[in-house]
Amino acid sequence: MSFVFYILATLTISGGLAAVLLKNTVHCALALTVAFAGLALLFLELDAQFAGFAQILIYIGAVAILVVFAILLTKGSETPKDGVFSHTWLAGLAIAAAVFAVLGWAVVRSAPMLPGAAPAPAVTVQQIGDALMGRYVLPLEIVGVLLTAAMIGAVIVALHEKEAQK
Amino acid sequence: MTPLAGYLLVAAFLFAIGLAGALTRRNAILVLIGIELMLNAANLNLIAFWRYGPHPEALTGMMFAIFSIAVAAAEAAVGLGLVIQIHRHAHTTDLDQMNRMKG
Repeated sequence: MSFVFYILATLTISGGLAAVLLKNTVHCALALTVAFAGLALLFLELDAQFAGFAQILIYIGAVAILVVFAILLTKGSETPKDGVFSHTWLAGLAIAAAVFAVLGWAVVRSAPMLPGAAPAPAVTVQQIGDALMGRYVLPLEIVGVLLTAAMIGAVIVALHEKEAQK
Repeated sequence: MTPLAGYLLVAAFLFAIGLAGALTRRNAILVLIGIELMLNAANLNLIAFWRYGPHPEALTGMMFAIFSIAVAAAEAAVGLGLVIQIHRHAHTTDLDQMNRMKG
């Protein structure tokens, strides 16, 4: 376990915790961006450069901006008077703690069987492009169709009703 | 502890944070943020298993993660569009007040 890993893990987890715990919704979105950046750096630390930069482009560049837009369009930045957590928060917290306990127990129990340190795989962007255009061309096309459908669907769903009736 | 176990524990904790956020927050956008965190934790698992797996040159885990990122982007766009439309209807994004379909 390298020192860099601990720094990046702390950054990611504190960003995630802040995104869930902070009261102001805009601050939550900014903390979420920190968590996304930490994850992108963890991907880079795992020698997955392509996935790391894709994470930066898509999550920090697109999803975070989309979340901020949605917060500002729905006046979500106003903190509600009766608390930011649902009245069933204790049950939700218990479920999350139970899920983490099970996952952590499984990881710790299987840790001796997991493969140890491995040499960094030499993967070039050319290999990724070849794989995307060769073996994974059908999933790539399906994702393209899905993204088009999602874009049109999001516009139709969010369209104003008065404009839709024209 | 092997490096892989460390990454898996970080991913598990991030997943639990996202789940707690999705289950306890009242604002619908914060619930979507929790879901995004859970998806990202899954991506971290995929990349970690790809890196320390027996055949990283096959690129399977990396491809799975990239497609997962693309699908998560589509999910975020549609989800936030739905939240904006619900806000227009109900004038709130508080999930505790959206009880019209409550049984």
